[in-house]
Amino acid sequence: MTAYDSVLTVRDLSVAYTVGRNSLEVLRGVDLELGRGEVLAVVGESGSGKTTTAQAVTGLLAANGRVTGGTVHLGDTDITGWSDRRMRAVRGARIGWIPQDPVTSLNPVKRIGDTVAEALLIHRWKDAAARSRRVIDLLERVGIPEPARRARQFPHELSGGMRQRVLIAAAIALEPELLIADEATSALDVTVQRTILDLIDDLRRENGTSVLMITHDLAVAADRADRLLVLKDGRVREAGATDALLAAPSDDYTRRLLADAPSLGDVTVRTVPDAARTAPPVLEIAGLVKEFPVGRGEVFRAVDDVSLRIAPGTTHAIVGESGSGKTTTARIVLGFTAPDAGTVRLSGTDITGLGREEMRVQRRRVQMVYQNPFASLDPRQTVEQIVAEPLRNFRLGAAPARRARAAELVEQVALPSSVLGRRPSELSGGQRQRVAIARALVLDPELVVLDEAVSALDVTVQAQLLELLQRLQDERGVSYLFISHDLAVVRRISHEVSVMRRGRIVEQGPVSDVFDSPADAYTRSLLDAIPGRRPHGRATPTAPAERTTP
Amino acid sequence: MRYVLGRVAQAALVLLIAFTAAFVLLQAMPGDAIMIKFQNPELGLSPEQIARIRESYGADVPLVAQYGHTLLGFLGGDFGYSVVSGTPVSRLIADALPNTLVLALSGFVLAVVVAVALAVTATLSRFAWLGTALRALPSLFVSVPVFWLGIMLVQLFSFQLGLVSVINPGPIEGLILPVLTLAVPISAPLAQILLRSFDEIGAQPFVAVVRARGAGAGWVLGRNVLRNALLPTLTMAGLLFGELIGGAVVTETVFGRAGIGRITEQAVSQQDTPVLQAVVLLSALVFVVINLVVDLLYPVLDPRLRSTVRGRKAVSA
Amino acid sequence: MSAPTEQSIVAGGTEASPSGGARFAPRARTRAERRRRVRPTVLLSWIVIAVAVAWAIAPGVFAPADPVAGNAADALQAPGAAHWFGTDATGRDMYSRVVHGAIHSLSGALIAVSVGLVVGTVLGVVAGAVDGVVSEAIMRLVDVLLAIPQLLLMLSIIIILGFGTAQAAVAVGITSIAAFARLARSEVVRVRRSDYVEAAYASGGRRVAVLVRHVLPNSLTAVVALAALQFGTAILLISTLGFLGYGAPPPTPEWGLMIAEGRNYVATSWWLTTLPGLVVVAVVISANRISSALNDRDRR
Repeated sequence: MTAYDSVLTVRDLSVAYTVGRNSLEVLRGVDLELGRGEVLAVVGESGSGKTTTAQAVTGLLAANGRVTGGTVHLGDTDITGWSDRRMRAVRGARIGWIPQDPVTSLNPVKRIGDTVAEALLIHRWKDAAARSRRVIDLLERVGIPEPARRARQFPHELSGGMRQRVLIAAAIALEPELLIADEATSALDVTVQRTILDLIDDLRRENGTSVLMITHDLAVAADRADRLLVLKDGRVREAGATDALLAAPSDDYTRRLLADAPSLGDVTVRTVPDAARTAPPVLEIAGLVKEFPVGRGEVFRAVDDVSLRIAPGTTHAIVGESGSGKTTTARIVLGFTAPDAGTVRLSGTDITGLGREEMRVQRRRVQMVYQNPFASLDPRQTVEQIVAEPLRNFRLGAAPARRARAAELVEQVALPSSVLGRRPSELSGGQRQRVAIARALVLDPELVVLDEAVSALDVTVQAQLLELLQRLQDERGVSYLFISHDLAVVRRISHEVSVMRRGRIVEQGPVSDVFDSPADAYTRSLLDAIPGRRPHGRATPTAPAERTTP
Repeated sequence: MRYVLGRVAQAALVLLIAFTAAFVLLQAMPGDAIMIKFQNPELGLSPEQIARIRESYGADVPLVAQYGHTLLGFLGGDFGYSVVSGTPVSRLIADALPNTLVLALSGFVLAVVVAVALAVTATLSRFAWLGTALRALPSLFVSVPVFWLGIMLVQLFSFQLGLVSVINPGPIEGLILPVLTLAVPISAPLAQILLRSFDEIGAQPFVAVVRARGAGAGWVLGRNVLRNALLPTLTMAGLLFGELIGGAVVTETVFGRAGIGRITEQAVSQQDTPVLQAVVLLSALVFVVINLVVDLLYPVLDPRLRSTVRGRKAVSA
Repeated sequence: MSAPTEQSIVAGGTEASPSGGARFAPRARTRAERRRRVRPTVLLSWIVIAVAVAWAIAPGVFAPADPVAGNAADALQAPGAAHWFGTDATGRDMYSRVVHGAIHSLSGALIAVSVGLVVGTVLGVVAGAVDGVVSEAIMRLVDVLLAIPQLLLMLSIIIILGFGTAQAAVAVGITSIAAFARLARSEVVRVRRSDYVEAAYASGGRRVAVLVRHVLPNSLTAVVALAALQFGTAILLISTLGFLGYGAPPPTPEWGLMIAEGRNYVATSWWLTTLPGLVVVAVVISANRISSALNDRDRR
């Protein structure tokens, strides 16, 4: 039937969800084939059907989803339309599943060892001693130090990366021939992401396991997969060998994805104009320190001697992994958190230690855009009310003038005027973030703090927003403090960058310097971990057909 | 340890406020129950005699001294005397307690059994209609007046079907209908919280992961969901003590059983304030203790709470 | 935007699915579906409440027979064409008594819910909006109210206020203060922590403006839903107090009292207890159903 030894063959798969009285087609005739020992990445944005594909393969569709057509073969076994009971013997034993979010994917009240053992127990490993030996072996294999001690711990005592290793250990416990990694590293910091992806690579090479990788991140797919499959609206747009597909995409959508992927597309690095460099800074932070009490007498230094300055009309990015102190720094700049030491000057005015009303007045000059556009807009207000609210707070103009100004801003962020009367729940994520940007700009502030403002969005939407932010900066001369974990995005938007680690700035300077010739070891490791930076053509370039030959 | 002491102190404070409020409202009010009873001209008591009676009840001393005296008495198990019968309240309660304990405990156990059976069956049932029907039951249960339910049970089982005798029933037979009456309204909130927990926990990613390892619905429920659902259920069970007492008052009245509920009902009808006060404060004490125990059990049941109890970690990203 | 995205479906599916037999496969649902779905049970509930309200406003229109004066010749007749709900021992028409009793239960429940809603919400909003001693003091007071079993608390209040319909209603209301206060506080605290409230401060909002414009509107829907739930509970409790004899005095056609009066005839005249009780159950179930519908609608 196939040219090579196929582990998973999906033919013309269609899936629909019953929503009310309607049937919503999510997959429309998907074909895919995964050879032994091969990595196939299914790439797509939210709503493309990539997760549904994986769920359909394992028979774990949502209760109102059903396969409406097509076949699924696992090896030579036709598992199309198998009952839940029959599929249970397949799940875990022949198909291993690595989930998306390690924090919520482990039973919080079960010990690590028991979680891994559960995979064995479900498939009737009755011998307790053999089970616990296997658990320790598995934990050791996935790189967990002191496996015997860790096995007795609970999930919350482990870091995100360690938890993902535990989940991988449980997934490979029965040596399945197919591993499905559903956005398995999306929730992790880049450096951790890299080690986890390396681990999956190793396991694949060692055991000859095939990997079906579900991801929104084209860069990760480009680095790790033998073959790519681009999915949009439940249809396969393009499929083929990774290198060939990246080098010469034949589909328009694939081309756009490639161009928009921050680490893959071409980037013109922005540089600070000389005029701005000599002008007095919009924001000047000096010697900032913030400590939080941890338990009795101990303190955690979240921000440790942080200094930076932002020239007018430029973007300064603070980049770092979770817990690096970047968000705390942003909150201090906005006056939501009082620093223990140091100063924050907005165009020369020190805003630390200001009273409530004095700080409120300063807020005309510094505005904020939040990460989650679903939480940062009041669900009960209309877009017009949201955008006009800052004007209302500062009593600027009468109601009609405020409405006119809101309409103007909505137009500037490239939204149709029809959204003015709508509520946030009627808008998409990207549209909501545009509304948030309009609200931040309506007062003509000197500085806008963007806290992971594009991180929750699909790449194509992300690219549009980054473009919008740049255009608005060019038109209005506003400065941005851009907080992000994503170095590729930072490279696109920023003039200057500060790399933070454990509360300290380890490196600071123009983007071109920091990215092209990093002086600090941590910066280098961060940069190395960015997916999509590997030379295309993988480290072990083997075509699927070759690998099957013994 | 500091957490434990803090919770105990908080519980003690709540009890003290409750005692003070009860004292101010029930005992310190003018026109107290003693006057109402003994000033009745039919008794033909002279003002001196009334004063002496008041003295014997401790009603003539200044309020602050009364407050202190009453508080000490309560702490030592002395709740004063019934205005109506003159017996010590502590003896009244001690006599009534065993009956009510048997009723309340059996009712609670039955309620737990019913709630768990209902929630598990509704969740695991292969038939959608059964699940839907069972899920509708708790909201029906909470909408039924307890006293009416008791009467309906008597009507159905005793008079229509003749299964349970209401005239001179045996000790066990006499317990069946009251226990059933009491259990229904208690089981409803338990079943509701169980069902909601099952649904919420069942929708969490880790459950999908367990299913992806090949587990069936029964395995998922029994070995993963149940333990997580225990905490909210236990919290609800602790809060239901109040319902249990209220249910006992009504049930004992409907079925004419002796017990705490019965003396409470009579105390209110006869304006016997000391009895009511003692029952109220004792219930508050038991309620506070039960919920204190539940609170202290949290870290035992949920490992995540063990570290936060020791010292909350400030996490900033 | 017109087509629901996969994400929004899956996000909807993480909510507890009300339909049975889910067996741990969360149902995927869209926001639009939740909004549009017409639920016949909710409609039926509104009809029941509307009928009860109509009974309370114009009992004479629905039941012309005298609810208090009876005809001894008609005593203890089973339900039939002449007397839909039968007659009691003094020959009074039970249907007429039930219809005329609606005003006592509904107005009592209204008083009770108003007391609890106003006092409880004010306490809860204050406790949630300000930090420190005031908040602590309010919450300890609420703890005390919660520590006393509801029925005992009502009896304590009745022993102070005396027997009667209004007293019973106030007693029921006071016992619900704690529930309203706790919910209002937790909702206010939840909304206060949300990004959009911080965003409102970030855009220069003053405390009072933010409270009025964002915090209150977003936290009070749950309180309104609780009010609907408490309405049902209040009817239950008022009928319980009536049954125990602490509410309206005879011969008032109060639902709980009617059931108490019918108790002596349980063996022979089932309708005296069964039918008024069914009316109570119908009204309470409807109020509860409306409450949960209000809660669902607010979920986003």
